[in-house]
Amino acid sequence: MLNKFYRVAVTIATAALFILTSAASFSVSAKGVLQSGPDFVAEVFAPLQAEPKVLWLTPEIRAQAAAIMDRPVRGLRIRYHQSNNKSAWILEEIGKEMPITIGVVVEDDVIQQVKILAYRESRGGEVRYPAYTAQYNGAALQEDYRLNQNIDGITGATLSVWAVNKVAALALYYHGVVNQSTATHPPQ
Amino acid sequence: MKKQLLATIIGLNLTAAAQAATPSLEEMWEMIQQQQGEIATLKQQLRNNDARIQETEVIAEATISAVEQISMAPSASSKTTFGGYGELHYNSLDRDDSAASKDAMDFHRFVMFTGHQFSDDIRFFSELEVEHSIAGEGQPGEVELEQAYIEWDFASQHSAKAGLFLIPVGIINETHEPNTFYGIERNTVEKNIIPATWWEGGAAIHGEISQGLSYDVAVHSGLFLDSGEYKPRDGRQKVGKAKADNFAFTGRLKYTAIPGLEIAASVQVQQDVHQGEGEAIGGTLFETHVAWQRDDFQLRALYAQWDFDSAINNVAVGADEQTGFYIEPSYRISDNIGLFARYSEYDNLAGSATNTAVEQFDIGLNYWLHPNVVFKIDYQNQDTPSKTGYDGINMGVGYSF
Repeated sequence: MLNKFYRVAVTIATAALFILTSAASFSVSAKGVLQSGPDFVAEVFAPLQAEPKVLWLTPEIRAQAAAIMDRPVRGLRIRYHQSNNKSAWILEEIGKEMPITIGVVVEDDVIQQVKILAYRESRGGEVRYPAYTAQYNGAALQEDYRLNQNIDGITGATLSVWAVNKVAALALYYHGVVNQSTATHPPQ
Repeated sequence: MKKQLLATIIGLNLTAAAQAATPSLEEMWEMIQQQQGEIATLKQQLRNNDARIQETEVIAEATISAVEQISMAPSASSKTTFGGYGELHYNSLDRDDSAASKDAMDFHRFVMFTGHQFSDDIRFFSELEVEHSIAGEGQPGEVELEQAYIEWDFASQHSAKAGLFLIPVGIINETHEPNTFYGIERNTVEKNIIPATWWEGGAAIHGEISQGLSYDVAVHSGLFLDSGEYKPRDGRQKVGKAKADNFAFTGRLKYTAIPGLEIAASVQVQQDVHQGEGEAIGGTLFETHVAWQRDDFQLRALYAQWDFDSAINNVAVGADEQTGFYIEPSYRISDNIGLFARYSEYDNLAGSATNTAVEQFDIGLNYWLHPNVVFKIDYQNQDTPSKTGYDGINMGVGYSF
């Protein structure tokens, strides 16, 4: 008898939860595109305007980028924005199946901000929470091209966590490269 | 004499030079006209060069963009994804009463994932598994379809899926690639109580209530316990012409707002595990777990409990309550090596007065050759009241991609 009552209560509670959540409005960002690249750049450098620049992927840079990403790096150039010692990078990496678009701000060879600009995977969306991305603030690149800070992961979303870790390290590497005057201006 | 001659020559030269440096006005006008013409020509050439440079830049940009589009644009086939995982196990175990032993080499699981993105918000995902290497009549293994569903993001925070999917319960039921957990064999509690890996056919909705708080609700096919059966694991129909006289309902709440922390609770209601054959027996599963990772330390703990109607005691005394729990601390001593210990206890006849619990202690090591390739070794010590527990060494290798 108790079991039956328990089951009925659980069923009602489940239904109530569904109705509640379906009707609720949400404060967290949605799945999909969360912020456009231009908006991210404008926000990062406001009130100033950063200069759009291009990093050409020479064979050496491409090889090191591939080592960091653990996969071949395609394309000929990486577009970024820079103002003084601060650079902003918008990079993509696949988590489990779909690309995650990640904005990384580096200042003086240290990560100032990581922001998920688009998240398209079914699971692992916790990487877009500010509480998660705040863990990257202050991280720098070690000699082995990995982050010098430990990042607490997300159970069941290891691949999304790895993707953000790799992109954060890649942005730090690119920032280091362009601040040794390897960058060139893009064709107008 | 010589001096006079020299002065005369110099004088003549100077006169000639003076005459050459002072052209007439007409000559000067002609020279200016020529120079103006040359300036105009040079200006025109400069304008032409500027135009060519601009044209070259446009051509370069167009070429670079075209090359990038060719090299980076997703092809039609990239909408379809492929992956998989697998694990080879070696067990060398002896039973406590020395009446039996288990020495086996088993390619336990070979799994292939196939997914397809129909559009930004509609996708397909599937998991096809060959278990124990060989399937067929009289063979130890099976070919199993473990997942095959369509998922649709019908609202910004919500998605629905329909098809054959993993039940949202426990830690390893939905995430069980071998490189993501410790120990060669999956823990006995989720295997024998929940029972993982567990999939059913039906429909489900997943969504977020607030940042870090998500829910799942699902309506799906239920367990079917045939005559004489009482363990949930025996009731998995694996969605093969499954009896569906009575559906089951699952709900889960999961909290993941703090990095490294997951707290979740699932409840499932089975209307009738006899699926209309004989006396109706309902059941409720309650499961809760925590997974906490802080720096190199990780702790996983899980509790699961089934409550069946007391009529199931006619099949086996005490089967109306089936419980289990485990606690698993682990420590990553380097990027490649992690150590773990796990204590687990489960009882499929917990409702009986006698002690029927199976206790197991595991200790072992994972060595990640690559983040997705792992070698494992562990020692297990299993105790049952009837001295039928197995002790010994397990070794294995696993991968996922």
